[in-house]
Amino acid sequence: MNQSSRPLALEIRGLAKRFERPAVDGIDLDVLAGEFYTLLGPNGAGKTTTLRMVSGLLKPDRGTIKIYGIDALADPVAAKRITAWLSDEPMIYDKLTPIEYLDFVAGLWEVAGDLAQARAADLIEWLGLKPHANERCESLSKGTRQKVALAGALVHEPRLIILDEPFTGLDAGSARLVKSVLRERVKTGCSVIMTTHILDVAERMADRIGVISGGRLIAEGTLDELRGKAGAGHGSLEDTFLALIAQGTVAA
Amino acid sequence: MIRAGTTAWIARHEGRLAWRDLLWMMTAGRRRRTRTVALLFILFLLFMHGFAALMLSPYDLGAGAPDKRMLVTLTGTLALSWSLMLAQAMEAVTRAFYARGDFDLILSSPLAAWRFFAVRIGAMALTIMLMALALAAPFINVAAWRGGAHWLGAYVVTMVLAAIAVSIAVVLTAALFRSIGPKRTRLAAQIIAAVIGAAFVIGMQLAAILSYGTISRFMVLQSDLVIALAPETGSILWWPARAAFGDAPALIGMLGLGAILFGATVYLFAPRVAGYVLAAAGVSQETKRQIGKAAGFRNRSPARALRQKEWTLLWRDPWLVSQTLMQLLYLLPPAFYLWRNFGSGNGASTLVVPVLIMAAGQLGGALAWLAICGEDAPDLIASAPVLSAQVLRAKTEAVMSGIAFVFGPFIVALAVVAPFAALVAFLGIAIGAASATSIQIWFRTQAKRSHFRRRQTSSRIATFAEALSSCSWAATGGLAAAGSWLAIGAGVIALAVVGGTRLISPVRN
Repeated sequence: MNQSSRPLALEIRGLAKRFERPAVDGIDLDVLAGEFYTLLGPNGAGKTTTLRMVSGLLKPDRGTIKIYGIDALADPVAAKRITAWLSDEPMIYDKLTPIEYLDFVAGLWEVAGDLAQARAADLIEWLGLKPHANERCESLSKGTRQKVALAGALVHEPRLIILDEPFTGLDAGSARLVKSVLRERVKTGCSVIMTTHILDVAERMADRIGVISGGRLIAEGTLDELRGKAGAGHGSLEDTFLALIAQGTVAA
Repeated sequence: MIRAGTTAWIARHEGRLAWRDLLWMMTAGRRRRTRTVALLFILFLLFMHGFAALMLSPYDLGAGAPDKRMLVTLTGTLALSWSLMLAQAMEAVTRAFYARGDFDLILSSPLAAWRFFAVRIGAMALTIMLMALALAAPFINVAAWRGGAHWLGAYVVTMVLAAIAVSIAVVLTAALFRSIGPKRTRLAAQIIAAVIGAAFVIGMQLAAILSYGTISRFMVLQSDLVIALAPETGSILWWPARAAFGDAPALIGMLGLGAILFGATVYLFAPRVAGYVLAAAGVSQETKRQIGKAAGFRNRSPARALRQKEWTLLWRDPWLVSQTLMQLLYLLPPAFYLWRNFGSGNGASTLVVPVLIMAAGQLGGALAWLAICGEDAPDLIASAPVLSAQVLRAKTEAVMSGIAFVFGPFIVALAVVAPFAALVAFLGIAIGAASATSIQIWFRTQAKRSHFRRRQTSSRIATFAEALSSCSWAATGGLAAAGSWLAIGAGVIALAVVGGTRLISPVRN
């Protein structure tokens, strides 16, 4: 399927949110179905705020958000049914086991019991959680907790996965595992939009990269396209990213 | 200039943190509120002085030597206060051992850890002293005003009792660490603290019920039997009371005892506390496997999943369960009272109704905070395809079913003795718990469940409104059970409290 024939998984128009100052300032952004999209930007650029609005965790001041054609602001329940949100702080309950946590999440998304059980078994196997499946989450390491949270995000088979710094605190092995699970999901047609500060991850995984600075999307495209925008002499994504941020700061 | 690393330097650091914490607690971080808080504090002090004057009006507080009756009453009051101080101190010590806070920084620094913990023990004593003085000062001032300046000795006695309470709390908690280990100490200390805090009040009430058929504990202290059995006025048992009365030798004796006990505690235990803290930190690293087979995945509605999650989380956290249910200890005397009057049909059971309603309001508020505010995965719930109104309803159902579980047996027992009182209690419990839950919903702020102990500090208005609502519904229920038309007035006040709270709540604004 070529890019133009793929439906839009996420369509953001004129999205804005202001706290003390504008955090997100009129962002337009598209993510295609089956695309891995990465948002880059310095601290406080508005990446997390953007994704929290997409996930229904923050109400925008203005703008529209459509997820697979569903107006997420008008019908948030329908939009949430096909999305998953995962932040860098694992959202799990200390007193539940991973299995119980997945059972609870399946209940929230109204996944049928037998289907949820089969999916949970697969996820626990894929993410290497089997030895911990019946341990309370309070005793799990940060990386394992993050994998439990990821399993929770995937148990209802979302069509759009929204990830905010998902690799924070993960060791190399866990990070590789999570990356491979995400790649598999994208292969099956699922879309991923993710923020990260690990440029290597963005470089290796993203189909397209968006660069946010000062609440605005200042550049977007494939890595080669971004290199072109940054100008000659910027070989690595790090150089490209820093050059784009500098250009964006000057333009602002 | 204080040299860095010295005890004085640590004390200054701790003092600064404590002062800022207190200011934040009182003003919720809004500087403009400082003046309002100061004004409210002055009003509170004036009110307390008026209340103290009323309470002390029947007593002769003259300068003459105290008689046995006064010594018994004074000693009983001091023992009651001290048991509460000891309970507070045990909680403070346990919290200090288990809260991580800045321990990683302190213990990884080259600072002599004993200095730091010596200051922390001192800070705990100071906190307990100030809390005790805030409540005792109006009574002491009124006594000094009416009976003479010698009553000011009670200030010293209050401070000494606080220091002794902290010393004993440190020794008890350390003994628990050594005997049952850090894993169980937290829960055990919590239960012991609550039992100590409640034991004296409950014991006096039980004695009053047995002897006089009333629930008033002061009946026992002023009874002829207790006066006759009490030791003569020269006994050492009366030292604290005599010191409070301004007797110089007793005052010096109390001061000496307090200084020796507290000094010895700091000297002996400050160097050991670092070890306890490290042991406590190791508890959370232990793996807890879930015993028993986990239930399989079921077809469930989001509401049912939420309700079950709330019950499971509460049930699996013995510390939270104990925190929540401890206030039900105070239901023991009314339960006993109910049992004593079982079948007597004398209408005494109506006295139980307000106690039940009050307890239901308090428990409802605590459970509502845990379910609604103490959500450890707020983003997960908010990103789920469930309307927030449905989430709130499911969580409220979880709270109310918990209330039904705890108070159901009381209602059934009461229904056998006095059906009308049972009906009133049922309605009062439902309305009182629903009011407390509503207040928590209106004032909800997101927090970790582990912050349960600090829930009162997140909103002073909510805490005050919750207590006032429970009190007014309890009064309404008590009057209604007694068949008084005044219940209508009390009910209107209760409604006004709840309605007024809603008007000033953040939800409304």
